[in-house]
Amino acid sequence: MRPFIREKKSFSFQEVPENTSFEAGYLVSVNSGWRSIRPVIDNAKCVGCEQCYLYCPDGVISIKDGKAAIDYDFCKGCGICAKICRIGAVRMEEEN
Amino acid sequence: MSKKFLSGNEAFAEGIRLARPEVISAYPITPQTIVVERLSEMVEDGSLTAEYVHVESEHSALSCAIGASAAGARAFTATSSQGLLYMAECLYYAAGGRFPIVMMNADRSTALPWNIYGDQRDSLSQLDSGWIQAYAENAQEALDLALMSYKIAENKAVSTPYMANLDGFILTHTYETVDIPEREQADRFLPPYETDNRIDFDNPKNMAFSAGPDTNYIFKFKEHQGVLAARQVIRDTEKEFAEIFGRKYSGLIDTYLTDDADYILVTLGSIAGLCRETADKLRENGVKAGVVRIRYMRPFPNEEIAEALKNARAYGVLEKDISFGNEGAVFTNVNSALKKAGINISGYNFIGGLGGRNISAGDIQDIFSGLINGTDSVNFIGIGGVNNG
Amino acid sequence: MANKVADSISREEFFYGHKACAGCGGSLAVRAALKVLGKNAVSVLPAGCMSAVGFNFPQLCFSNNSIISTFAGTASMLTGVEAGLRAKGYKDFTAVGFAGDGGTADIGIQALSGAIDRNDNIIYICYDNEAYMNTGIQKSGLTPFGAKTTTTPAGQNIHGNIRPKKNMFEIAAAHDIPYAATASVGYLPDFIEKVRKASQIQGTKYIHVIAPCPTGWGIPVDETINIAKEVVDSGLWYLAEYENGQFTLNHKPKSFTSVEDYLKKQGRFKHLTDEDIKIITDSRDKKWDHIEKNFIYR
Repeated sequence: MRPFIREKKSFSFQEVPENTSFEAGYLVSVNSGWRSIRPVIDNAKCVGCEQCYLYCPDGVISIKDGKAAIDYDFCKGCGICAKICRIGAVRMEEEN
Repeated sequence: MSKKFLSGNEAFAEGIRLARPEVISAYPITPQTIVVERLSEMVEDGSLTAEYVHVESEHSALSCAIGASAAGARAFTATSSQGLLYMAECLYYAAGGRFPIVMMNADRSTALPWNIYGDQRDSLSQLDSGWIQAYAENAQEALDLALMSYKIAENKAVSTPYMANLDGFILTHTYETVDIPEREQADRFLPPYETDNRIDFDNPKNMAFSAGPDTNYIFKFKEHQGVLAARQVIRDTEKEFAEIFGRKYSGLIDTYLTDDADYILVTLGSIAGLCRETADKLRENGVKAGVVRIRYMRPFPNEEIAEALKNARAYGVLEKDISFGNEGAVFTNVNSALKKAGINISGYNFIGGLGGRNISAGDIQDIFSGLINGTDSVNFIGIGGVNNG
Repeated sequence: MANKVADSISREEFFYGHKACAGCGGSLAVRAALKVLGKNAVSVLPAGCMSAVGFNFPQLCFSNNSIISTFAGTASMLTGVEAGLRAKGYKDFTAVGFAGDGGTADIGIQALSGAIDRNDNIIYICYDNEAYMNTGIQKSGLTPFGAKTTTTPAGQNIHGNIRPKKNMFEIAAAHDIPYAATASVGYLPDFIEKVRKASQIQGTKYIHVIAPCPTGWGIPVDETINIAKEVVDSGLWYLAEYENGQFTLNHKPKSFTSVEDYLKKQGRFKHLTDEDIKIITDSRDKKWDHIEKNFIYR
């Protein structure tokens, strides 16, 4: 479970809260546009050691079927995962 | 109901005990200190169950109260003068977050020059902070405001913090016989605080957030509507208060002999009593004098003041404040009320009581003479006179 | 392949979708700490990077209860939140603050000192990126000697910041706080363990974690973790704890890596002369003399 993108993204006068409190973890925009490079997992090499998951500042990596999987909606392409991976299972590729 | 001989500070503390705050953040400053001392004793003797937090500054006093309110707790703090100014950032924060904290402010002069005595320059400088501002005249009213404050502030439509102002020393340290309501009556009058503007483990919240240009002004509009909503809620609360406790209050202003008055003096706080006595004396001499005591500076009693002053020949505003380079803030507000109502009569501003300087009956007679004969727009009463100004 | 550290913390993400710069060390510290403390953590963040990037209505990036405090008021709001929740009968929660170096060592130090003095049951985590990064890299009380910031320019006459970092860890310890610790996001398992330990101790806990800011330090965005390791390995930072009146060193490098290499990798230190580097090295050695004498190492 992590905060996720909501359908409702803008708020009318009536819908703006009466006070400055609102539902926790309410996301309306992604961060994928920030990237110039993207991490790509080499599933043949990845052993699912989770070091990349642990050190990702944005928490976008999870382990699916024993391999690292990236939420590209929120990955900013910092490349920390590629640096932390000792077996070279993450490579950074140019974004198109 | 029992009677006790109490100072304004002690009376306010009694009212707070009856209101059952759950978190009290306390920092001493003259002339407020007795309030937090009494509350600490109440917590010690078990007559008040509250978390009593010894904060290290006024900024932290209000910051702590905001945190407690965000946790859903009823919160109280008290301050004065430099302390109010030191916590000023948090005043706006509490109001913007719609946290119905109650704070007592002992109205005191602000440095420089240093001075511990009463004037109203501290609280009147914070009229724009988004708080409800009440001004008590006597110890009984102080106690009653303490009890009513939470009911007004916590009303859903209002959801606004509440500052109860007591004139430093003149009210905070003067003893009077005060009726203390019974605990059962107070509990019937003031139910526990319920809100959804709070930390919630079942439905987590992100609170006190940023809002950009698209929605920021909507939050600010709603904050404004909240303070305005207090106009009716104050009336309703006072009606219910009168039914339970038998004491009546008159809403945002208190009028005295204004119906047929030619000359009306508008003021606030503890000086109002002397103004009324002076009006009585003037009437014995055939001068139709009246007095308006402003009880709430926010929400401001625009309509009430216009109604009270509409048939007068002239009015004066006596206040313990000066907005340097202009006039007293109360005068500005009163003038605006009359302008909006299309009332065009002569008005004069009388600045007095700064740094605790005494305002005598003679001073008030002179003020009425000024109203009758005309005087400067802004007058520092007695300045440069024989008695060292 | 099991990762014990990853298995020891929540799989949930509590700080997600935020707008922190790529490679932000502070956001990693907040993310990791919340994964230790779990959904009943109530976080308080002052005005600063992490609140600026996480709380823009309607984009709200914390999935646990979280609130922004005034800049100076992290600790005092934590106090209020903790007292308020306790007054309302809650027991199973952790009030945790995340403030930057300026919010902690400068404007927030008074409120922090007050909270430690009262021994309020809170965890205060300072994510130290060594300058006011949110406002654009100005010097704070935790900016190290020699660092170029936008208010300590490096020129002919003055070579960046002329004062060393305040020692917030020992300032907290001087209150005889129940628990204080230093950490670095470069040694994440150590930080995670310290947050866990703090969550099990009653009273005030202070954790000071070095969290590099690629933007402010002038390093590539993928170097955050490496540089956060190197600051420890070079002896310019250290991993330690204070508990029961005793300082403990957690990690002792066999030999220090080069101070010069550490400094020269960063844009903020590029201008430093050999003489400046000697001052930094000497002060490191002096600090370690103190550590050797006064800290236990197990």
